[in-house]
Amino acid sequence: MSQILQQLVNGISLGAIYALIALGYTMIYGVLRFINFAHGDVFMVGAFMGYYASTWVSKIAPIGTVPAAILVFLISMTICAVLGATIEFLAYRPLRSRPKLTVLITAIGVSLFLEYLGQLPAVFGPDPRGFPAIISSKPIIQSTLLTLNVVQVVVIGVSLMLMFVLRIVVMRTKIGTAMRAVSFNQQAASLMGINISMIITFTFAVGSALAAAGGILYASQYPSIDPLMGIMPGLKAFVAAVLGGIGNIPGAALGGFIIGIVETFVAGTFLSTYRDAIVFAILILILIFKPSGLLGQKEIEKV
Amino acid sequence: MRSTVFLVALSCCGIALASCNKTTSPAGDTIPIGEYASLTGNTATFGQSVHSGAVLAIDEINTSGGVIGKKINLITEDDQSKTEDAAAAVHKLIDRDQVIALLGEVASGRSKAGGPIAQSAHVPMISPASTNEDVTKIGDYIFRICFVDSYQGQSMARFALNSLGKKRAALLEDMKQDYSVGLAKSFRETFAKSGGQIVSEQSYASGDKDFHAQLTSIRSFNPDVIFVPGYYNEVGLIVRQARELGLTCPILGGDGWDSPELTKGNESAFNDTYFSNHFATEDPDPVVQEFVKKYKAKNDGKTPDAMAALGYDAARILADAITRAGTTEHQKLRDAIAATKDFPGVTGMITIDKDRNAQKPLTILRIVDGKFHFAQRIGANGEALTPFNPNGKNSMAPASTAPTSAAPATPAPASTPAGK
Repeated sequence: MSQILQQLVNGISLGAIYALIALGYTMIYGVLRFINFAHGDVFMVGAFMGYYASTWVSKIAPIGTVPAAILVFLISMTICAVLGATIEFLAYRPLRSRPKLTVLITAIGVSLFLEYLGQLPAVFGPDPRGFPAIISSKPIIQSTLLTLNVVQVVVIGVSLMLMFVLRIVVMRTKIGTAMRAVSFNQQAASLMGINISMIITFTFAVGSALAAAGGILYASQYPSIDPLMGIMPGLKAFVAAVLGGIGNIPGAALGGFIIGIVETFVAGTFLSTYRDAIVFAILILILIFKPSGLLGQKEIEKV
Repeated sequence: MRSTVFLVALSCCGIALASCNKTTSPAGDTIPIGEYASLTGNTATFGQSVHSGAVLAIDEINTSGGVIGKKINLITEDDQSKTEDAAAAVHKLIDRDQVIALLGEVASGRSKAGGPIAQSAHVPMISPASTNEDVTKIGDYIFRICFVDSYQGQSMARFALNSLGKKRAALLEDMKQDYSVGLAKSFRETFAKSGGQIVSEQSYASGDKDFHAQLTSIRSFNPDVIFVPGYYNEVGLIVRQARELGLTCPILGGDGWDSPELTKGNESAFNDTYFSNHFATEDPDPVVQEFVKKYKAKNDGKTPDAMAALGYDAARILADAITRAGTTEHQKLRDAIAATKDFPGVTGMITIDKDRNAQKPLTILRIVDGKFHFAQRIGANGEALTPFNPNGKNSMAPASTAPTSAAPATPAPASTPAGK
């Protein structure tokens, strides 16, 4: 019994991070109808930016305090927002009128580019590094029933907060309405006077900033970062986005939590070796039986 | 018709070229030795340490005139800690650089990827630190100068039972690494046979970051010791997460823990952890102290770890074998390596046995505030050579491991510092 409660907490804190990354996938799919496979690598860059930002911030505020943590998040999220917008501008915008497959292949190229650029000794270097403790890992509750530490609470709290902010931006603001309009029908939206390019840039910036936040949270929970760290979480978040219904924001969050919890429960049993296999089996099953995802709507392709 | 003639001519050219390749001696006035190592990637510090140890040895040999009148030219390939790149690196070293011998990998999985290629080309390969049993079973050209997993696992099981007095062990192994699986297997067998109980077994895959699930499951079985025979990168995260979940019992591991990166940022989590190793820098043996001094001088004051010591020993044993063989001819060189006996290495007295494995002692280290301290030394047959030193601080017992051949070793007098 104690195990179930603990595994649930472990799963939720892992799932919260998957949810943050999945939001980026789903938002970009929403406006552009393609999977941005470089998203997991933006997540990695976010973690590294957090690493560098914390050495810089430590000169102003001591690491481990709340202002320092907020500063680290803001710096990293801003850099990644710019990075995301730049990737869109340089790699995807010139291909906007081309078939979606071309853009998809380009995304894979951008992903590999970021991974291998990061491995150059002059950039990040290939060796794993320890991540500074910008969030304390002190236990809040420590009993045989449940151990809960500050990092886990912060991870869940910050993720939920960011999802809430995103929801308000998308549903209640003018730019959010524009995003939904673009996602609904790009041509009609542009006829209504919406600047499509601006909305797409904004979507990339927001999605990448969320990935950066996810990167820092992930690195705080598992403090070892390397240039290939984004591959697995990126793929699992992609599975989460598909599971929830790609293009659907609450779906991505739901999918993230489900994947995190399933993965943790599988790993806690004798099946621990199969945990990745099971996550990807979910992807296959969902594509066979409910391709639109848990919360997604069926799209009728007009021919 | 015409094309047939052309083809025949072409194949003749091919044969001529091939035979031309064969008859050319590998190099003029230098002896090319290949090394493939993980200079980057997941286990980068292993490769880097082995490499700097080997470079130190070869520089020394070259400054004192080289071997059989020639200088050694070390050609190094980085396999990025990837199994498939290891095989490619060995192909390149043998086919293009025509090396006469190879210094193999640290990780057993990668030695097993490169070994068959070396074996089929009849190029002797010495692995400095691959401890998995199967590595030297590849063939008669594959050697190692470190102890094997079963010995490491057995020693740690006995250490947990006899020295620490623990009876309920949990296992957490890396399914992706032959090394980890091998250590876990021998630990499991010895521990159960000698009166202990394995209460929980969990696994992970290298590259994983989250171990909360497995550790939570282990916690529910209430073990009094945990054996984690993984590599340092994951072990750092595992030990930290275990402590966070309130698992305060001792955690044990193997030589895969030996890296300056292991405890970085988690110094306090690593208190009450032990691992088996090849060498301790605190060893007062003059051979060791001399090596530590030279290594520091060459590497900006960096303290050598066991991998550096093994890299140093591997290169020196190879050079010693070339000298004894008097030639770089593959077969003769192989025989000379196989005949290595009582070589005074910095990781102990090394004798290559009939299975091409090394007979040598093992050291158990205790981690205290991020520093590795000597805890106990175990002989080649599992006997304790020194009493267990529970506080693990500043009391490196005088080295006492003279005979390490296959014959039952008797504990040497406690004050023979030149023994190791």
